[in-house]
Amino acid sequence: MAKKVIDARGSFCPGPLMELIAGVKAADVGDELEVLSTDKGSATDIPEWVKKVGHEVVGTKEENGVWHVFIRKSK
Amino acid sequence: MKILIVGGGMGGTILANNLARRLHGELKSGKARIVMLSASERHMYQPGLLYVAVGRMTPDELYRDQASLLEPGIEFHVDPVTEFHFAKNHVTTQSGKTCDYDVLVIATGSRAMMTGIPGLAENAETFYTEETAVKMFKALRSFEGGRVVVTVGVPHKCPMAPLEITFMLHDYFKDRGMGDKVQIHYTYPIGRVHSLENVAKWAAPEFDRLGISYETLFNMKEVDGANKVLKSEEGSETKYDLLVAIPAHKGMEVVEKAGFQNGWVPTNRTNLHMDGEHGKNVLVLGDTTNLPISKAGSTAHFEAEVVAENLAAVVKMGVPVRDYDGKVFCFIQAGKERATYASFNYTTPPSPQPPTRAVHWFKTAYNKLYWASARGLL
Repeated sequence: MAKKVIDARGSFCPGPLMELIAGVKAADVGDELEVLSTDKGSATDIPEWVKKVGHEVVGTKEENGVWHVFIRKSK
Repeated sequence: MKILIVGGGMGGTILANNLARRLHGELKSGKARIVMLSASERHMYQPGLLYVAVGRMTPDELYRDQASLLEPGIEFHVDPVTEFHFAKNHVTTQSGKTCDYDVLVIATGSRAMMTGIPGLAENAETFYTEETAVKMFKALRSFEGGRVVVTVGVPHKCPMAPLEITFMLHDYFKDRGMGDKVQIHYTYPIGRVHSLENVAKWAAPEFDRLGISYETLFNMKEVDGANKVLKSEEGSETKYDLLVAIPAHKGMEVVEKAGFQNGWVPTNRTNLHMDGEHGKNVLVLGDTTNLPISKAGSTAHFEAEVVAENLAAVVKMGVPVRDYDGKVFCFIQAGKERATYASFNYTTPPSPQPPTRAVHWFKTAYNKLYWASARGLL
């Protein structure tokens, strides 16, 4: 199971969630992905999408203005 | 110093021309060389494909001979790279040659992948190549009415394409007097109608005003062509009579073959060097990077200007002089006669104004001025 970091800091377009969607597609089931975002909206819109599609939200934290959202590809 | 540019698209061409002008004396004296390897003898203005798809441009308007766009002194060869050998500072090409370099710039671009979603290639129209754009226009011409669904994969080239094709489709059918026979339905991967929040804020009311329905948090999963149903990863379904896709993209095969997942090269966001031990003399431009910014011609353009200035400074002074700040500028064609634009970088979000005719005419002029951009003049 790989761990991958998606550095989407400063990404307005396509934005952190779009980066994650592309990253999930390229990942294997069981992989953990960490999204780095400077958009505080990521702390809510990423978990919303992850749950809707059926993957797992592992955790969220904020450090020095950067949100880290951890998810696991479940299917 | 031998600078090898792989790729003759917008980024590679602007870089080569900008650099050739900055290094005019060095090229003449032999202190510097600029070599470009491209897969094609022709250069395409890719944003024009949107207009071809709705019958507002013809394919021949999109091309120029690549050699005619390049400054004297640039050594141009149509001989695509088949393998990168970063540890040996050379590439091999389709003709079997080996080409070495002191500095390598990878600007190979991206490709639309209609094959990534089951049923998509067989059942959807798209417009990312000349062939598919012409095919799409023919499908529009013969469409007699029904539900047109626009669907979007990620990542994709040209972030405004989903909105633009939707507005253009609306105007196309309206002009043909089919407005009451056609229902346009737009889908988008995230929870609003565009990734840029401020763009989404004006686009959603525009859709409402024009009677275009939309569904967000919709990532295509498969197409059931027999029943004309598009299914999403989120579990929803939508019926269509005509399906138009902005498919997910990948980088080029030669880049994937070099070990980069999906063909995107991990790249430093400010100096544009390739990450890793061989990145010291390797730079990456445009769609080819893995940077979290728009895959768009303007991105390649602004990156190319930074790389040109830096490489020229390295030749002349031994050090680079600028950082790339994430600058992107995108026109947004909001139907056949109105347009606006979005401009942003890593730290400043865009604040697009309502579409106007004036910006539309500027965009129309830019469709021709592009050739001055490619020459590095604009």
